[in-house]
Amino acid sequence: MERTPHTAPPAARRGGDRDIWSACVHCGLCLPSCPTYRVTGREELSPRGRVFLARLVDEGLLPEDDADRVMAMESCLDCRACEVVCPSGVRVGHLVERARERLAGRLPGPWRRRWAHRLVRGFVAHPGRWPRLARLGRLWQRGRLGRLPDRLLRRLPAPWPELAEALPPLSGLTVRASAPAVTPARPPVRARVALFAGCVQDVAFGAVNEAARRVLAYVGCEVVVTRAQGCCGALSRDMGDGETARALARRNLAAFAAVQADYVVTAVGGCGAMLREYPVLFAHEPARVAEAQAFARRVVDVSQLLVRLGPLPAAKPLPLRVAYHDSCHLAHVMGVRAEPRALLAAIPGVELVELGEGPACCGSAGTYNLEHPEMSARILERKIDSVPEGVDAVATGNPGCALQLAVGLGRRGRRVRVVHPIRLLAAAYGLDEIPADEGGGP
Amino acid sequence: MTGGERVARALAEVETALGTEAVVRSPGALWAYSADGNPDLAARPGGVVLPSRRADVAAAVAALHRHGVPVVARGAGTGLSGGAVAEEGGVLLDLARLDRILAVDEGEGWLRAEPGVTNLAVGRRAAGMGMFFAPDPSSQVACTLGGNVAENSGGGHCLKYGVTLQHVLALEAVTAGGGTLSLGGLAADLPGYDLLGLFVGSEGTLGVATEVTVRLLPAPEATRTVLMLFHREEDASETVSEVIAAGILPAAMEMMDNLAVAGVERGPYRVGFPPDVGAVLLVEVDGLEAGLDEQAERIAAIARRRGVREARLARDEGERALWWANRKTAFGAMGNLAPAYLVQDGVIPRSRLVRVLRRVREIARTEGVRVANVFHAGDGNLHPLILYDPAEPGAAARARRAGAAMLRVCVDEGGSITGEHGVGSEKREEMAYQFTPAELALMRSVRDAWDPAGLWNPGKVLPPERPGPTGTAVPSGSADGGV
Ligand SMILES: Cc1cc2nc3c(=O)[nH]c(=O)nc-3n(C[C@H](O)[C@H](O)[C@H](O)COP(=O)(O)OP(=O)(O)OC[C@H]3O[C@@H](n4cnc5c(N)ncnc54)[C@H](O)[C@@H]3O)c2cc1C
Ligand code: SF4
Ligand code: SF4
Repeated sequence: MERTPHTAPPAARRGGDRDIWSACVHCGLCLPSCPTYRVTGREELSPRGRVFLARLVDEGLLPEDDADRVMAMESCLDCRACEVVCPSGVRVGHLVERARERLAGRLPGPWRRRWAHRLVRGFVAHPGRWPRLARLGRLWQRGRLGRLPDRLLRRLPAPWPELAEALPPLSGLTVRASAPAVTPARPPVRARVALFAGCVQDVAFGAVNEAARRVLAYVGCEVVVTRAQGCCGALSRDMGDGETARALARRNLAAFAAVQADYVVTAVGGCGAMLREYPVLFAHEPARVAEAQAFARRVVDVSQLLVRLGPLPAAKPLPLRVAYHDSCHLAHVMGVRAEPRALLAAIPGVELVELGEGPACCGSAGTYNLEHPEMSARILERKIDSVPEGVDAVATGNPGCALQLAVGLGRRGRRVRVVHPIRLLAAAYGLDEIPADEGGGP
Repeated sequence: MTGGERVARALAEVETALGTEAVVRSPGALWAYSADGNPDLAARPGGVVLPSRRADVAAAVAALHRHGVPVVARGAGTGLSGGAVAEEGGVLLDLARLDRILAVDEGEGWLRAEPGVTNLAVGRRAAGMGMFFAPDPSSQVACTLGGNVAENSGGGHCLKYGVTLQHVLALEAVTAGGGTLSLGGLAADLPGYDLLGLFVGSEGTLGVATEVTVRLLPAPEATRTVLMLFHREEDASETVSEVIAAGILPAAMEMMDNLAVAGVERGPYRVGFPPDVGAVLLVEVDGLEAGLDEQAERIAAIARRRGVREARLARDEGERALWWANRKTAFGAMGNLAPAYLVQDGVIPRSRLVRVLRRVREIARTEGVRVANVFHAGDGNLHPLILYDPAEPGAAARARRAGAAMLRVCVDEGGSITGEHGVGSEKREEMAYQFTPAELALMRSVRDAWDPAGLWNPGKVLPPERPGPTGTAVPSGSADGGV
């Protein structure tokens, strides 16, 4: 008889994942929450399947680098939708992250992926390059770099060209490098906060950071922007590059320890979630866990802080029908669902509508849309199906989602803007223009 | 030709007909399909076929059966008795991709859907029209309509509204060899034998449902949900009996004991029950608004006489939804307490509840196992969840022994070995306590009439046959065997 998991010898391998999979009772209640299961109907691409395969590896029935098992782990979006519905609290995301870190380097991988990894590393670990990139990007958008970049871009596989097309107009500045070290609060002073600027966010969505900085100051926060900060490390972690992720995290821990602030504020769901999970990242460095915990406790999404402080009356109405898209990390890891909705609904003139499928992933997930373009596109299709007709804008608190949604809407020829809620709030407070075309393509 | 070669040839044919996307045959992926909601009964299938169109089901079955390959239907794999597991290298026919709602008739009150649609999706569509689909298994977010039909599933609200059988109007099924069959219909009373009734609850042993038409009921005008906390399990049990004895028919009456509560309270839907609570009873009454408050009050009064420590009415729909979500995740939350559990599904006459619970506790003590109790109390449907750690030597065997003993208690008290989870592979041996040899032989002859080659979910439901002198499936004389 074939050995089944229960008759198998106990875990022979050290550093197994029993601590995670042993909580799974195989009930299947997580299946419908999983984007890859929803579009494929494949059990090994479901949370339960992924957990079960992890267990088989630990029980010696399946090699860690079995092709299906690798695909199961690689194709996970790490969106955590399964974790919030799992009655037994199975940490599927961490299981996948661990597997990826162990597998990284061992994988031959297609050229596309290797190329993406190299590109990402060269970017995230070098904040000094960001302002230059922002300026270059601006020149490119204005057609000052000639036709070569466009020609190169068009040769890249989907969705690269579309993502580039979907970028908002770049200001050419990054908040990290250009904002004043301290922006004084509009009195009365209610808190001192440090703004976490992020990497892609700051280069491509500097306008969102800028809006956050102004709104925070407007509601009474003294805003500190430290140049010692860098990338949160999420992109590296997702690719299985734990080494780089931890190095980046250490840099941020030091940078924000040096700033005496009540809160570390982000306007990016993905970054916020990563910062909150620094204690997990350092699980094997007990000496750093306490420090990471103390830091993580101070991390808030900008919408959370604004609701906590109490929003102010808007200066001008915005007559818009807005649908709010939950960024997975913002909703499932940060637990931020009600706050952005509350802020939007409080703007006079804004009519807030829900998306048809509820909080479903859009398929962007860091670099997932670049590494798994087919799966990502299928997930995106479903997402776009759920955007009701007649909305003027989709608001979302994560730049990756914004680009992805813009690509998806563009593919359908739908004229719907994609905006960050904080930009709408800034416009309502009279601190910014209504963003006309952010993420909507030039 | 070996079984493996047969499967390979059949799958190649299926692949040609349905496309490569529809066939899984690589070993790693197949492992993921080796269990349903009961990982203790795992067996790796020889392959998986995932049709995306209804017509593909018949084509796939025809090819597989032509090669003599057993076929096991699978919905979401939330079954708890090993039903959707292909033993001995059979092929799983996974219906998850067939999840469309095909038609609804609001006036007549029915909905027609493909088998892979989730129970919840049917419920949501009904709710959008001011109606509801009564069978609501606790697994409803994930489990499929086809699975509900095959297991004749129940749920919290089946106390008043009946189980799946009472709500299925018609079926399209693919039968042995790939033929198709229409069963039942929208007309109220059809002449002849009730083949639809036979199919419902047949656990994939007669064929595979490809289209299901179910009855939708108008949503009740109003609902009251009462949550009651007791110091002692016995008092909660007595309250259940007395509510029914008082002539009240609640829509649902669900109970959890202290350990079950400890599990769910660590899950995502925390109600905030006190950790020392003896039992929680969730009762719902529905119907016309007039008189509903009075009914809820009568129930609370009975509970007070039984020394209830707290009884309250759901404040709003949000609170009601939270209480239900808390209850419905009870099985899934057992991972908070132990790495594995075995769930039994005994049914007993309601009046024996207190006595049976006492016996269950005794058995648990004798075998040295921890038991959490969750039940559809109104129906007398018990779910003792026996917790164990498979890594601990002998623990699984103790859990199984305890489970079997508990089932025997149910039968001895005039009940049944399964209320709603089906027999599958888990309880096929126990079928022998419940039925006489003649009854089992009759069942076997029915099965053979539908499936002469024995290729639908073989080995499930009926106990293994002792090799008889003729080796035929139907012992002679069984048809008049005193049923
Ligand atoms: C947490 C949890 C709670 C549960 N609560 C309840 C409950 O309250 N009440 C209850 O009754 N059950 C309950 N169950 C058991 C289970 O969910 C039900 O039996 C459910 O109906 C199974 O549906 P499925 O789609 O998962 O079927 P599967 O597990 O995939 O299959 C079950 C059986 O149905 C057959 N089958 C599946 N689809 C078809 C088809 N289209 N045609 C023919 N045969 C088919 C399979 O061959 C198998 O024998 C629970 C399970 C879990 C894990
Ligand atoms: S991960 Fe959680 S929800 Fe999913 S099967 Fe396991 S226990 Fe159930
Ligand atoms: S993290 Fe997301 S993609 Fe990964 S298994 Fe969970 S639900 Fe599926």
